[in-house]
Amino acid sequence: MEELLRFRFRKVSLRKLSVKERREMKQGLAFISPWLIGFLAFTFLPMLATFVFTFLDMRITEGIFNPVRFVGLGNYKTLFQDMNIWRVPGVRINWTQPVVVNGETRQIFAPQVKMDPPGAMWVTIIFGLYALPVGIFLPLLLALLLNSRYLKGQAFFRSLFYMPYVIPFVASVFLWGGMLNPETGWINRFLMLLGVPKVALPQWANDVFWVYPTYVIMGIWGIGNAMLIMLAGLQNVPTELYDAAKVDGAGGWATFWKVTWPMISPVIFYNLILNVVGLFQYFLVPLVVNQGTGRPGGATYFYNLYLYKTFFLYQNMSYGATMAWALFVVILIVTIILFGTAKKWVYYASESA
Amino acid sequence: MKRTTIGKVKYRLNVALVTGITVVCLAIYLVPFLFMIFTSLKTQGQISELGAPIWPAQVPKFTYEGKELDVYTVVFPDGSKRDMAALKKARTYTDFIDITDNPQYTAENPYHWEGYYGSLRRPWKFSPTWENYKIVWETINYPRLLWNTMFYAIMTNVGVLLSCTLVAFGFSRFRFPGRDLLFILLISTMFLPGTVTLIPTYTFFQRIGWVGTWLPLIVPSFFANPYDAFLMRQYFLTLPRELDEAAMIDGAGPLRILWSVVLPQSWAVIVAVTVFHIVWAWNDYFGPLIYLSTRRELQPISVAISTFNGIYGSKPYLIQAASLMALILPVMLFFAAQRFFVQGIVITGVEK
Repeated sequence: MEELLRFRFRKVSLRKLSVKERREMKQGLAFISPWLIGFLAFTFLPMLATFVFTFLDMRITEGIFNPVRFVGLGNYKTLFQDMNIWRVPGVRINWTQPVVVNGETRQIFAPQVKMDPPGAMWVTIIFGLYALPVGIFLPLLLALLLNSRYLKGQAFFRSLFYMPYVIPFVASVFLWGGMLNPETGWINRFLMLLGVPKVALPQWANDVFWVYPTYVIMGIWGIGNAMLIMLAGLQNVPTELYDAAKVDGAGGWATFWKVTWPMISPVIFYNLILNVVGLFQYFLVPLVVNQGTGRPGGATYFYNLYLYKTFFLYQNMSYGATMAWALFVVILIVTIILFGTAKKWVYYASESA
Repeated sequence: MKRTTIGKVKYRLNVALVTGITVVCLAIYLVPFLFMIFTSLKTQGQISELGAPIWPAQVPKFTYEGKELDVYTVVFPDGSKRDMAALKKARTYTDFIDITDNPQYTAENPYHWEGYYGSLRRPWKFSPTWENYKIVWETINYPRLLWNTMFYAIMTNVGVLLSCTLVAFGFSRFRFPGRDLLFILLISTMFLPGTVTLIPTYTFFQRIGWVGTWLPLIVPSFFANPYDAFLMRQYFLTLPRELDEAAMIDGAGPLRILWSVVLPQSWAVIVAVTVFHIVWAWNDYFGPLIYLSTRRELQPISVAISTFNGIYGSKPYLIQAASLMALILPVMLFFAAQRFFVQGIVITGVEK
């Protein structure tokens, strides 16, 4: 990450190489050739092909490959007008629900959010509002807890908090899915024990509002990696800095923002980039949980899910390619913006050295 | 003197508080494991019954003249309790008979209990239904799934180790113009959305007849990936160059140096890459899903479990048993090789 941030293009000149340098170059290129070939074959050429596809009309109907036509910017026009992508979600909130008590109907306070089906890009963005803060701050909070000097048995806790990371996501989705089952899951049973009335129990994966928190919870076991990286980052903060802060009379809060946060900002930044890139590509969980139907009410029709179905189900290769290319451009722009902000808040110790 | 005692008490209180919070967090974090184990050992009847205990249990059945009767814990007017079988259930009363060898209340002379039987407790006895595992084992053909997944993991791991060692050695030990640019390109591909290459790649593999075989999953692993190449390169950079140079003076070529000087010092990173890779392969879903969708007999565990769970969605006990079978091996691998996981993450994570 630091290398990405600090890289500057330099002029590459081939003329002045000596015999020895030229031999070193040949050997170096030979060693990295597996990657060079793989990059060309599995990344560069397919990307180029995807780009070319966006200007064509390529689709299979009833098992027959239609003649390929050149359509210019037609696919992009369709993309920008595609309501399945851009439809703005409408939200209504019902604050109370009717309950029948002793034969008479009463309204009790139990808010329910109703949502009209949002477009695929909005689904991704709404989910991001839940997933990004959790994906960044939950590992940080856990790392801070594990790094506390008052914690006994740090190695034990560290290993158990990391452990679920190795579990295949298919299994963890079904474990948390079982926990969150509205009827038989332990979470709703526990809420009932706390006295939550039955009508107010969240319907989790079956509810357009609760489905996003549900997916966040289903993915919670994926934080182990980020937690360990942040913990290692915290442990790398030189103790002299904390001592200095103490001498200057800084309290816990000030010490965190003035010492800890800048020192671990590279790790946070790395994690932020990974989370954002992952967010735009998110779709395997809805594919497994709802077989890619977008249930409930289109709330889980993520952008990548739409792309996947466009290609594999509707067999429209050119429109799928256009969606893929658009996604690539969006991710590229967002990443560049994030890298641009990095100079303001990400601190690399070696820069000052 | 007094101050230090206060300090000690304060310290101990803080330790208790922080450790206590951590224990609670960990318990919430890991409670689905308990849910999984308990649910996987239950019967359908227990899952759908509201008053049932959370651990796997069953109510003993009482067979009377070939009929299976439900057993309840009947409370007598004097407050004593007795487990009895319901011979005749009605909304306002139930006729109970004894289930002991020496019955006081029999079919001819049942105990007439006033009230709705649904309000009675039932004598749940701890009783795990191990059969669920047998059903899942046979339905998904577990040994075949293990073989498929191991085969996939091992073949791709060979590819990853071979290619990433070479690439990492190339990036860490040779100086040539454009090297840093190429390395940046390598790292950038980590952030590339897979879908931008998916359609032509899939179409190409389909044209050459590879869809429905292992080839599109295994062959690309021999061409290095940014994660493992980066991890190995970072590790190689930490190894002292003096030994390389000594070997070079002795006339060793670069391959020889890699084989006899660098690799013998690199066991830690090789094991780290291997354990991460096995976990990755165990988790990999999308590739096997699209390339092996028509060949059920070749599918690895994640795809098969997901299909199984789609079919048996209404039977939580089977789903949880299947999930346990899917996660048990990676978890065991983790506990066997924890230190390599931690090392690997620290190498890649902090130096980024």
